[in-house]
Amino acid sequence: MYQITPEDRQYVDEFRKTPVGRHSPGLQRILNLFRGEPMAGKYVLVCTKPHREWMLGQFTGVRGEKIRMTNQSFTSLDEAEWYVFKQRWKRHTGEDLPD
Amino acid sequence: MKRIMGYSDRISVCPHDTIRFMVSSEAAGDYSARLVRVIHGDTNPEGPGYKEEAIASTVTGRYPSRRQEIHAGSCAVVPDHACLADLGSFTVQALVWPTTPAKGRQGLAGRWNGRTGAGFALGIDESGGLALRLGDGRGGVAEVASGKPMLAREWYFVAASYDAATGTVSLYQEPLVPYARTDTAVAITTPVALRVPGNVQAPVLFAARHAGSKGSRTLFAEHFNGKIDRPRLACRALTRLEMEQVRGDQIPVALQSSMLGVWNFSKCISSETIWDDSPNRLHGETFNLPARAMTGHNWTGEEMAWTHKPEQYGAIHFHDDDLHDAGWEVDFELTIPAGLKSGVYAAHVAIDGDEDFIPFVIRPPRGTATSKLLFVLPTASYLAYANEHMVTDAPLAELLTGQVSTMQPADMFLNEHREYGLSCYDSHSDGSGVCYSTRLRPIVTMRPKYQSWLGGKGSGLWQMNADLHITDWLEAEKLGYDVITDEDVHDEGYTALAPYSVFVTSTHHEYWTKQMWTALDAFKKHGGRLVYTGANAWYWRIAYHPTRPGVMEVRRAEGGIRAWAAEPGEAYHSFTGEYGGLWRRNGLAPQRMAGSGFTAQGFDISSYYRRKPDSFDPRVRFIFEGVGAEELIGDFGLIGGGAAGLELDRADRVLGTAPNALVLASSENHTGVYMVVLEEIYINSPGLCGGESDLVRADLVFYETPAGGAVFATSSIAWAGSLSHNNYNNNVARITGNVIRRFLDPAPF
Ligand SMILES: [Fe+2]
Repeated sequence: MYQITPEDRQYVDEFRKTPVGRHSPGLQRILNLFRGEPMAGKYVLVCTKPHREWMLGQFTGVRGEKIRMTNQSFTSLDEAEWYVFKQRWKRHTGEDLPD
Repeated sequence: MKRIMGYSDRISVCPHDTIRFMVSSEAAGDYSARLVRVIHGDTNPEGPGYKEEAIASTVTGRYPSRRQEIHAGSCAVVPDHACLADLGSFTVQALVWPTTPAKGRQGLAGRWNGRTGAGFALGIDESGGLALRLGDGRGGVAEVASGKPMLAREWYFVAASYDAATGTVSLYQEPLVPYARTDTAVAITTPVALRVPGNVQAPVLFAARHAGSKGSRTLFAEHFNGKIDRPRLACRALTRLEMEQVRGDQIPVALQSSMLGVWNFSKCISSETIWDDSPNRLHGETFNLPARAMTGHNWTGEEMAWTHKPEQYGAIHFHDDDLHDAGWEVDFELTIPAGLKSGVYAAHVAIDGDEDFIPFVIRPPRGTATSKLLFVLPTASYLAYANEHMVTDAPLAELLTGQVSTMQPADMFLNEHREYGLSCYDSHSDGSGVCYSTRLRPIVTMRPKYQSWLGGKGSGLWQMNADLHITDWLEAEKLGYDVITDEDVHDEGYTALAPYSVFVTSTHHEYWTKQMWTALDAFKKHGGRLVYTGANAWYWRIAYHPTRPGVMEVRRAEGGIRAWAAEPGEAYHSFTGEYGGLWRRNGLAPQRMAGSGFTAQGFDISSYYRRKPDSFDPRVRFIFEGVGAEELIGDFGLIGGGAAGLELDRADRVLGTAPNALVLASSENHTGVYMVVLEEIYINSPGLCGGESDLVRADLVFYETPAGGAVFATSSIAWAGSLSHNNYNNNVARITGNVIRRFLDPAPF
């Protein structure tokens, strides 16, 4: 499995600007790691108002179990992507990314 | 959370036909219902928004809410029979392949009266091992258990005998394949104090336990996951040697009078019948469509087609989440009035804070057409994806989309209510692939307003709600059209298509029976024109159930992008005996039908097409009328922001693209999330994603057919999402309109 290196810090801004879309190979490699995480604890956005509002939840990893909802809610999917990216970055590197 | 849902008994009706609607509502008060003609389902504020035409009908009204439940899980039932009336001593045996022995109690074979507690039931207990339960009908229950868990996905011979005279029980749990240091074999002979009465009055049941009844319905519990092969029932306690002698298909003459049931699941494979080879003819029925044509304990690997060696396909694979028919009570029905135009309709049901659309198609009056333009709703593909659980069950979902997955309230409901049934993209609870799907249940993925995680950044459109972009655009362009379904094409063949001159596909017409393929091929051979406004069509070969409407089968054999893989020897459809898998592997690649076939997929953002030299050929001047030479085509849209996206097709002479085909434009600049399809990959290597591989592209293809017809392929699922851009005034709409108007002109190409 890929491990984040100090050089990967350069791709954070790229993600902040374009969370979904054309990415450099360096950013894509980080995202393959982040987005490929197993079901236990995996993030999911539950739509609460169509096209306008989403709540963040996490899967338990057990088939059929209720999604554990966080209290994070978003009115922009790009902001939700950034929030999830920061959580994953912190888990992999220990570093808190500034907003 | 979803609180109201329904389904209908039919998906396609003509005037004067009657369609019935079944609804479950958890509201306290009444729910309301009305009929609508659905024009557009995408609620994205960036687009034209939801559109319907309200239709006055007898459906309009308020109905009492009631909760209707679904009971999933398959089994097989043999009705009680006179020859079982005084059964005292007995032997019950079978070959079994448990897939989840550790999940808790599961029934294998028995005859148990749930009301009186009398009878016997051979099953798996909490330890994961074989157990025989005996009941005297007066509250007394005795159990003899192996105490040793069976291994999952290994064949076992299991048997139990009971001698009523001596009260002796023998129990055998024997793996067919031995392993060192792993002993799961058990043989027990032990007395039991209790006496099983002869007059049990209960059916013989395989793979479940009776759990009472509700209304007219029998309920089952303790569903078994796994295969059962060659179950036997004898009217006395057989010795272990005798059990061995009746294990096979030839019952020795001396033992024939001892046999009550000699079930042979390799007969009647395409039906719901389970066949008893004994003279008693204790035939039964499967319930909730367990998988048939499954390799048995004796499958050698030398034969892959069950029709050639049925005796090696004597197993049925039961699942605790199989489903055929939700079986709900009818809430209301509609006899289709004359004079309604053909189209996509729905019964709209609503309560405070929730609603559901129960979609169906109204065809023109039987035997007539009201337009030259035909839009075929891909109901087979809708069934394949029906209620799919990929986001909740497959960690790779987020990798495919390059986005944190999004779920709708309906998806949350499905996650917690597995009894609503699975799609052919899911695996059963025991990990085996789902090869059957039914429309006799609410299908949340087949709805206007539904947003799918798979539908790209933007509107999130997949299947029906993406296809409604096509109907919306046809309406906006004032192009009259008739609508029929895949099931109609399958049932009626070319006859269903003959009145039309233009066949417009959906965005994703992926699943085709042989009958459907042949019908469309005949349409082209008669000069019919094909407008392929999608991608990844003519991909999987499927079968419809021979006698149960609305049930389809797909065997995910060999190549292709597959959510699961058929087990070795299980690539042939049980419904028809036909080989499954990709049409490409059946010698009919999609390029042979439409000049273009599946080449790449990715589900983040879409891209655009750039014109190629062929687009300036005078033969296709009509297509590009009003489109500039340097214009990028479709660099806009609601599905991923472009017309080329999600799944992409390409032309390929070797795969069957006509030699006279013109590749008018190709898409480019796809993201790294796009990957070349698996059927193109023999040796995997770096460089197979968007931005690197030339195979990651959509080709805009046109060609004339020898019968004076023509084919136009957009080769992209996202195409339809660009049609409404800029108030329907854009080059994707212009090209589509140019093509359809010329295709409607009878002048031969
Ligand atoms: Fe597909």
